[in-house]
Amino acid sequence: MLIGKQSWAFQNKPVILETGVTGGPFESNGALPEDFDLLYDDLWMEQESYEKAHRLLMEKAVEIALQKGNVQKEDIQFFLAGDLTNQITPTSFAARTNAIPYFGLYGACSTSMEGLALASFIVNYGGAHYLLTGASSHNAAAERQFLYPTEYGGQKPPTAQWTITGAGVALVTRSEGLTGQFPYAVSATIGKVIDMGLKDPFNMGGAMAPAAVDTILAHFEDTGLTPDDYDLIVTGDLGEVGRETAYDLLQQRGCQMDKEKFQDCGLLIFKPDQPVLAGGSGAGCSAVVLYGHLLNEMKKGTYQKILVVATGALLSPLSVQQKESIPCIAHAVAIEYGTVC
Amino acid sequence: MSKDQTAKQEAYQKLQSKHELKRPVLKNCVKAFLVGGMFCLIGQAITYFYIYFFDFTEQTAGNPTVATMVFLSLLLTGFGVYDHIGQFAGAGSAVPVTGFGNAVISAAIEHRTEGFVLGVGGNMFKLAGSVILFGVFSAFVVALIKTIYLKIVGG
Repeated sequence: MLIGKQSWAFQNKPVILETGVTGGPFESNGALPEDFDLLYDDLWMEQESYEKAHRLLMEKAVEIALQKGNVQKEDIQFFLAGDLTNQITPTSFAARTNAIPYFGLYGACSTSMEGLALASFIVNYGGAHYLLTGASSHNAAAERQFLYPTEYGGQKPPTAQWTITGAGVALVTRSEGLTGQFPYAVSATIGKVIDMGLKDPFNMGGAMAPAAVDTILAHFEDTGLTPDDYDLIVTGDLGEVGRETAYDLLQQRGCQMDKEKFQDCGLLIFKPDQPVLAGGSGAGCSAVVLYGHLLNEMKKGTYQKILVVATGALLSPLSVQQKESIPCIAHAVAIEYGTVC
Repeated sequence: MSKDQTAKQEAYQKLQSKHELKRPVLKNCVKAFLVGGMFCLIGQAITYFYIYFFDFTEQTAGNPTVATMVFLSLLLTGFGVYDHIGQFAGAGSAVPVTGFGNAVISAAIEHRTEGFVLGVGGNMFKLAGSVILFGVFSAFVVALIKTIYLKIVGG
């Protein structure tokens, strides 16, 4: 149901039944290795190209989600996913493997929540019984497309971020017939494209922060809630620069909250001593942290209600070279843990 | 874009720059100086090696030295070390000829999956190509100026 200007409320409680989370070598040395279902210790993953390895991450995440949920892939109605590589081929090729009717999504690093919002909407209105949604990224595949060859020895500034290697997939289903406690989607806010004129592709956090703030404020406006209604408000991949800027901007706009409550997936996923500069990023970043770490924490009782705001920079290597500024977007989904029926 | 929008953008960019992590310029310069100097030291040692052990003079030892340095750069790039040196040293490892080698070799490795002709062949010089182009062109311009000067003023 539409609430306010740009939000949906899901009265039928679409449930995130199970998740599948895969990662790469850098993530296995990160802060949250125990929240991954499968970790590869090599970026190639025994494939001939980084793009094939990227596809494998997605295929395995889907396989694991189905296995954990004890659902056959024939019972899944739709698969909504995307990634960062040109024409989202890793995801589309993974969709060829799993042969589930497929919506390819591109929202850069906001794809995870774009997918979860759409999946929740479809399930909420009976458009599907089971749905899979997710997002993925591969460090080397993204690096070679957006920046330089992976082995090129260019020096990155401290504002640059590290694209994570990983895929996170959620199995979304109806709450009818389920007993017990599950994480479920409560509402979603779809963001608009915001461009504050920043042009530096090595400072994505700074470019994306206003988009995150705009969506968060729109969410509170539409739902009538305040930050006090959430135990955690977590952004996708703002990194150090973006998180500080977004927090400042929120305060400036009169939205007060404890800084501890305002976290970022890109900062949660790695240890502070890993050489990731301003933090993690990539389409897979918010997907693996939410579908791995955060849902596990919700099941443990650390958080009851969270707002996940995935942020995406809608640039291309071409638009950067043509000196265009970086348009950004953010989508938010509120997730609650509790009894569904 | 409206004026109002531009003012908003400027206000934001000011706020953002407060949190932007700055490049440690002085530290980077010192690191670049030390690492770059180290590369040159190795190069000098190789030059002496060619002069003392082979039939090269100070003038002719340059070519085999450059070839050897690029070969070392090839090994370091291939084994995935050079990009880490680059992140540490910045210009120190980018400016010497090893940096040029790294730009060529990393692109060649990267595009291996797209085949030898359109992949490796077509992309090998995508970073270093402009160095060659503008290097040759500026040499041409300088030579032209010198020639004209000598013709007019006389040498």
